[in-house]
Amino acid sequence: MIDMKGVHKTYANGVTALNGVDVHIDSGEFVYLVGPSGAGKSTFVKMIFRGEKPSTGIVKVDNKDLSTYKERHIPKVRRKIGVVYQDFKLLPKLTIYENVAFALEVIEESPKIIRDRVMEVLDLVGIKDKARSFPDELSGGEQQRVAIARAIANNPKVVIADEPTGNLDPETSWGIMKVLEDINQKGTTIIMATHSKEIVNTIKRRVIAIENGRIVRDEAGGEYGYEV
Amino acid sequence: MGMKFNTAKRHLREGSKNIFRNGWMTIASIGAVTVTLILVGVFLAVVFNLNKFATNIESDVEMSVYLDPTLAQDKVQSIQGELEAIDKVGSVKYSSKDEQLNQLMEDMGQTDWDLFEQDNPLSDTYVVKTSDPHDTASVADKIAKLDGVDKVDYGKATVENLFTVSKYARIIGAVLIIGLVFTAIFLISNTIKITIIARSREIGIMKLVGATNSFIRWPFFIEGLLLGVLGAIIPVALVLVGYYYLSNNMTDNISIGFVKILPYAPFAFQLSGLLLAIGAIIGVWGSVMSVRKFLKV
Repeated sequence: MIDMKGVHKTYANGVTALNGVDVHIDSGEFVYLVGPSGAGKSTFVKMIFRGEKPSTGIVKVDNKDLSTYKERHIPKVRRKIGVVYQDFKLLPKLTIYENVAFALEVIEESPKIIRDRVMEVLDLVGIKDKARSFPDELSGGEQQRVAIARAIANNPKVVIADEPTGNLDPETSWGIMKVLEDINQKGTTIIMATHSKEIVNTIKRRVIAIENGRIVRDEAGGEYGYEV
Repeated sequence: MGMKFNTAKRHLREGSKNIFRNGWMTIASIGAVTVTLILVGVFLAVVFNLNKFATNIESDVEMSVYLDPTLAQDKVQSIQGELEAIDKVGSVKYSSKDEQLNQLMEDMGQTDWDLFEQDNPLSDTYVVKTSDPHDTASVADKIAKLDGVDKVDYGKATVENLFTVSKYARIIGAVLIIGLVFTAIFLISNTIKITIIARSREIGIMKLVGATNSFIRWPFFIEGLLLGVLGAIIPVALVLVGYYYLSNNMTDNISIGFVKILPYAPFAFQLSGLLLAIGAIIGVWGSVMSVRKFLKV
C-alpha cells in the first residue's frame, strides 16, 4: 500500500527531518508512528499525502510514485487518503454535515449520494444528531469524530491520523481509538502518529519508531518504548 | 475543464451562504463598496453634466460671414455653394441685408429707422457653423480668403477663452474620475482582502481535503460578485431618486433654465448601470485576487 525508499527531507531552513527512510506498509495494516517531538513523524505522514515532497527518494502510494503526479493533480492524491489532524481542521463556518459533505463535493459526487454517505459516516462515528451544529458548538472529542467522518467519507484506502488524540482527555481518546479500529476492521489502512503510551501499549499493533529522521525500531505488536 | 451542473449549483450556494455567515466582514465590505460608489456616482453625475454644459456652449459658436456689399446677386448665391464645399463646415444659413436690418430693428427697439430703410448699410451675410466647434478658427481663415467675402467675425477672443477653459475643465474632470475610481478599487479590494485573509486557514483546510484551486475559487468569485452588487444597491437608488428630483427642479426653475442637465432617461439609468458594473467588477476582482495568494500552498 505504502512504500518509501531512501527518503530524505531537508527543509528550506536547513533542518533535516527525514534522513533515509525505507518502509513498506501493507494494505489493511494498523501502524503506530512513535518517537520524540521533532523526530520526523509529521514529515513522515506528510510524505504520504504530498503535504511535502521528499528531497530525494521515492514515495509510492497504492503502487503509484507520487513524484509522477503534476502539481495540479495533487488534489487527486489527497482524495484517496483521509487525513485526521490533532487540531481537527474543520471548516468553522460550515455545519458538521457540510464539513463532511465538502470531501464529497470536491470529487463532484451527486447530491443524493452525498446526502446518503454523509449521514452514513456521521452515524458510523456516532455523531449523527449533531449534523446541523457548527464545529465550535462541539466538544473536542466530537469534533475529532467529525474529522474522522470527513476523512473516511469517500472510502479512502488509507487514513492518516497525526496525533488524533493529542488534544483530547484519556476517556475521549479511547472513543476515538474505537472508531479508528472499526474503520481498520473494514479494511482501511491506518497510520497513526501518537505520543500516547497508554494507547500503544494497550491496543497492540505494529509500531514504527522514528528518531532523528530514521526508523530505529519496527516491530509488530510493539511497545511505545519511551518514558512519558 | 467541464464542471458538473451540481458542482456549479454548489458554488452558487456556498458563495451566497458565505455572505450571511461572514457577518460583520460582509457588512464591512458592502459598506466600503457603498460609500465609494456613492462618491463615484455623485462625481460622475457632476462631471458628465459639466461636460454636457461645455459642449452646449461650444456648439453655440458660429461665425458671421459678411459679403462685399457691391457683390452681384448671382455671386452672392454661388458663395453658398463655395462655403458648403469647405471641409468641416456643418451648416450654412443665408441672411440677406434686409433680414439683418429687421433683426437689428427688432433688437434695438423703437427708433427712427427710415433713413436706413432707404439705404441699407448692412451686408448680406452667411451664418456658418462648423461640425466640430473647435475647427471654427481654421475654417474662418479659409472663408476669409474667398472672393467676395468682406470679413468673418466669430468673437475670436471670447471663443478662444471658452475653448481653453472647457479643455482644462475636461482634463481635470477626467483625472479626478480616474483617481476616484482607482481609490475605490483600492479601498474595496483591500477591505475584501482583509475578510479573505481572515479565512486563509479555511482555504488551507480545503486544500488538504482535496479541493482544487478552481473549486475553492468559484464560491469566492460568487461572493465577491454579490458583495459588489449588494454594495451598489444604495448608490444606484440614490442616483435614481436623487437625479429624478434634480432634473425635475432644474427644469421648473426658470432662472437657470438655460442650464439643461442631462435628461433623466437615459442618463440616470446609464449611470446606475455603470455603478453596478464597477461594483460587480471590483467585488470579483478584489475577492479573486485575494484568494489567489492563498492558493499557492
